[in-house]
Amino acid sequence: MHIPVDFIDSFWRESVKTFKILSRNKMGLFGFIMVILIILISFLGPLLWPPETSANVAEINKGISADHWLGTDFQGQDNLRKIINGGKDIVTIALLTGVLSMLIAVVVGSFSAFIGGRVDGILMDLVNIWLTIPKFPLLAVLATVLSLKDVITLSVLMALLDWPALARQVRSQVLSLKSREYIEAATMLDLGTPRIIFRELLPNMMSFIAISTIFEMTHAIYQQTGLVFLGIVPYSSANWGVMISAAERRGVLFNPQAAWSILAPMAAIVLFQLALVSFARSLDEIFNPRLRTGV
Amino acid sequence: MTTITNSHTTSHPVLDGIRTVASSYLLRRLAKALFSIWLVATITFFVIRAMPGSAIDILIQDLTAQGVSSDDARNQAAALMGIDLDQPLSEQYLDYLNNVIHGDFGRSYRSAGLSVTEMITRVLPWTLFSVGLSLIITFVLGIALGTIMAYKRDTWIDHLLSNLAATLDAVSPYLIGLLAILFFGIIWKLVPIMEMRGAMSSGMKPGFTVAFLVDIFKHVRVLLLVYVLSSIGSWMLQMKSNTVATLGEDYVTVARARGLTDGRILTAYVGRNATLPLFTRLAISVGFIVGGSVLLETLFTYQGVGFLLARSISERDYPVMQGVFLVITISVVFANLLADYVYGWLDPRIRLVGGDN
Repeated sequence: MHIPVDFIDSFWRESVKTFKILSRNKMGLFGFIMVILIILISFLGPLLWPPETSANVAEINKGISADHWLGTDFQGQDNLRKIINGGKDIVTIALLTGVLSMLIAVVVGSFSAFIGGRVDGILMDLVNIWLTIPKFPLLAVLATVLSLKDVITLSVLMALLDWPALARQVRSQVLSLKSREYIEAATMLDLGTPRIIFRELLPNMMSFIAISTIFEMTHAIYQQTGLVFLGIVPYSSANWGVMISAAERRGVLFNPQAAWSILAPMAAIVLFQLALVSFARSLDEIFNPRLRTGV
Repeated sequence: MTTITNSHTTSHPVLDGIRTVASSYLLRRLAKALFSIWLVATITFFVIRAMPGSAIDILIQDLTAQGVSSDDARNQAAALMGIDLDQPLSEQYLDYLNNVIHGDFGRSYRSAGLSVTEMITRVLPWTLFSVGLSLIITFVLGIALGTIMAYKRDTWIDHLLSNLAATLDAVSPYLIGLLAILFFGIIWKLVPIMEMRGAMSSGMKPGFTVAFLVDIFKHVRVLLLVYVLSSIGSWMLQMKSNTVATLGEDYVTVARARGLTDGRILTAYVGRNATLPLFTRLAISVGFIVGGSVLLETLFTYQGVGFLLARSISERDYPVMQGVFLVITISVVFANLLADYVYGWLDPRIRLVGGDN
């Protein structure tokens, strides 16, 4: 079983190399650190600052102060504390959807590229047809009828709907890599398909896979906040999306004093998305030599 | 979308070749469009009818919960959805497809038996109007700004616009909409958000009068701005990279060497070739904006198909939900088809290769 070990080893080396290059790009480094911070706070924060259980009538819809750094909401609860407790669902769904859909995409996309011919043609035709269907309405309708209750089923559903676009990108990546000389050399040396895939192809696609996964994550964040807004998935009371739509429903939007209760969770989501994207874009800049020279 | 490869069709007698291949290209595109509509209709059928815990089961449960006897509930649900529950599933499926082809989507469960088709035709023009207008604005503005970014690359204008575009591209339309309401409507008080609800003021008579046009524009303006802001980022970035790539082409260098003016090079050489690939994006953009319209129309209480879909979802009005969803999908699929045709017409290479692929 030396192939997986080799693969992990090369993956590790690739990651170290990536981080070294990354630290040269300020925006990318900022994004990377922010993403790690948000993930840490979302999972460890609730242990240090557990959610408030009771409403505080005296403190409803207050602005920012020394006691409440991000103001209070319509129940008089501290917004900052709610933000800390509300990140877990968002982060989990983003990660799960991103990784799951990318996994399916890598398998189907590289299979399609390797097998070629008629199967490839039919698969890509199906993918193209799938891409013309507006995904968000489909997701909304399916999520309504299936009445999803938890984070995992929602992630699975989103991944199932989203992978085809990624698979098409993976396929074109594999096709372009397949015709490179070192892969052709490996094929001629008869190194075996698993070895070619794990040692030659995948390590060279790692940056692409990382970038696509990250973009899929931001997409998943957008979709789930949308579903919460439509009232389809009320899976947890503390969640940035739920905070926004609760504030919106309470008419906070029309009460300038309470603007913080809606701005705070929005800022959290936007910050997470921007951090993800600037991290991804810097990866793009680092690994795409044409962009690196600043055309 | 369409694959671009070099054509090797010179062996054909030119005119004849173009005619046959073009017709098969059109037919192939049409077949794909019809297939995607069939696919979505089938998925919808299974979700509504065949799956355990499907919409029709929930509808029957809902009706029984309201005190309707279980037989009556079954009949009522079947009548609303336009499905005969006593037939075998395959018969139901064929009936359902037949209804969809004839534009019959059953009757609303909440709005007292109103025909779904009628409800949709009432709101569809507003979505076509707002989405269409925003697409045109975004396309023109995105191309203009992208070209400026490419020509002024690595100056402060480029950096400013690039960062702006990347930020807008990263933030979801729904959040941009919330921000627009919060800042334009509430904090800066630039627009009267409350009065802007709906697609037009009550009592306004539709027609080609100045008052009507001004009124619908007043209602749509913030929504339009949000649509444009939420989709312009990717247009700008792509137009920039296309233009940069085109500027490096040999024919542009030759045109410069021939002493053509910058304006002529921009319009006749760079602009045309850089814009061409963006037409395929138009189709993707339609799907994106229509998808976003479910959230944005709800946020702005703008009575379009997205609003209707969101309302039917929150009211669990399954016949309406099914109908609106199918209509949205069919519109987007046909918009794609149209974009494909336009692209094939603009770029003959696609049409020629499309045939023998």
